[in-house]
Amino acid sequence: MARKSAKDKVSNEVNAGSMADIAFLLLIFFLVTTTMDQDKGLLVKLPPWSEEAPEAKKLKTRNVFSVLVNANDELLVRGEPVNINVLREKAKEFIKNPLKLDNMSESPKKAIISLKNDRGTHYAKYLAVYNELKAAYNELRDEEAMKRYGKKMEDLPNDKQKLIMKDIPLILSEAESTSFGEEK
Amino acid sequence: MAKFEKKRGKTAPAISTASLPDIIFMLLFFFMTVTVMRNSELKVDVNIPEATELTKLEKKSLVNFIFIGVPKLPFQKVRGTSPQLQLGDKFADIEEIPLFLEKHRIKVPEKQRAMIISSLKIDKDVTMGIVADVKDQLRKSGQLKVNYSAKKRAGNKYK
Repeated sequence: MARKSAKDKVSNEVNAGSMADIAFLLLIFFLVTTTMDQDKGLLVKLPPWSEEAPEAKKLKTRNVFSVLVNANDELLVRGEPVNINVLREKAKEFIKNPLKLDNMSESPKKAIISLKNDRGTHYAKYLAVYNELKAAYNELRDEEAMKRYGKKMEDLPNDKQKLIMKDIPLILSEAESTSFGEEK
Repeated sequence: MAKFEKKRGKTAPAISTASLPDIIFMLLFFFMTVTVMRNSELKVDVNIPEATELTKLEKKSLVNFIFIGVPKLPFQKVRGTSPQLQLGDKFADIEEIPLFLEKHRIKVPEKQRAMIISSLKIDKDVTMGIVADVKDQLRKSGQLKVNYSAKKRAGNKYK
């Protein structure tokens, strides 16, 4: 009897010792091919293309925040040369206009950012400027959310986020780039 | 008493490795699910700039990549050292963008086509000329959702 049961045991057990090796092999393969880095970046919506020139809308100059970047990566904001360090503060002040100055935007809804660059501008600079402008809006929205609901934008439900985004819309128009500078 | 002595005489029992395959399989399945095959080999040098206001791109199947940068050394003899466009895994002209986008589009289920994002991986030192041309081409083909790929900058302010 005892001998028979021993025999049974042998035939029933599949050798699983090499299973680990196979699994290891596959594991290492996937470890090597895997890319964990998530793609991050500035999300932008481009304006739709139209063949005819856009209608020249009459805009009050007080509502337009013009930013020019030349081929030497220098900034001209509303006619004044400006360092990029202060661009964010300037943009925020312009959009919000807390002192109700009459050379700044009537309301955040009416504020328009106009961005123009040269074909010789470096991409890094362009993106830095874009980043600052977007940051200005994000900070303003955060402040507004704090004031209204006592929470940051990211902690608010979707519908409330939309309300704030409607009140402080990011309107950024990009003009055709000039071609004074040298392209690489 | 005799019983205890007997036990001491034995060597320590081997640790059971029976559950090892299970653990390894668990890891294996984890990596299998998170894996995205490296889709294209870079032929241009792309050193993306840094920024703070970043958005994460969630679904990789809805993203197509456009690279712009100076060709890597082995390709410089043929392609020169001026910034070039890379679509998929080969060099391309700007006029080929609509076809490239369409090829990606048909692979995406119809419902999700409005959510397709073009990720522009552009080198820091590229000038805006070629970028503007690419942007115009994207607008012409109706691909308006664009993501300028960038790394997270540590500080909040620009230095």
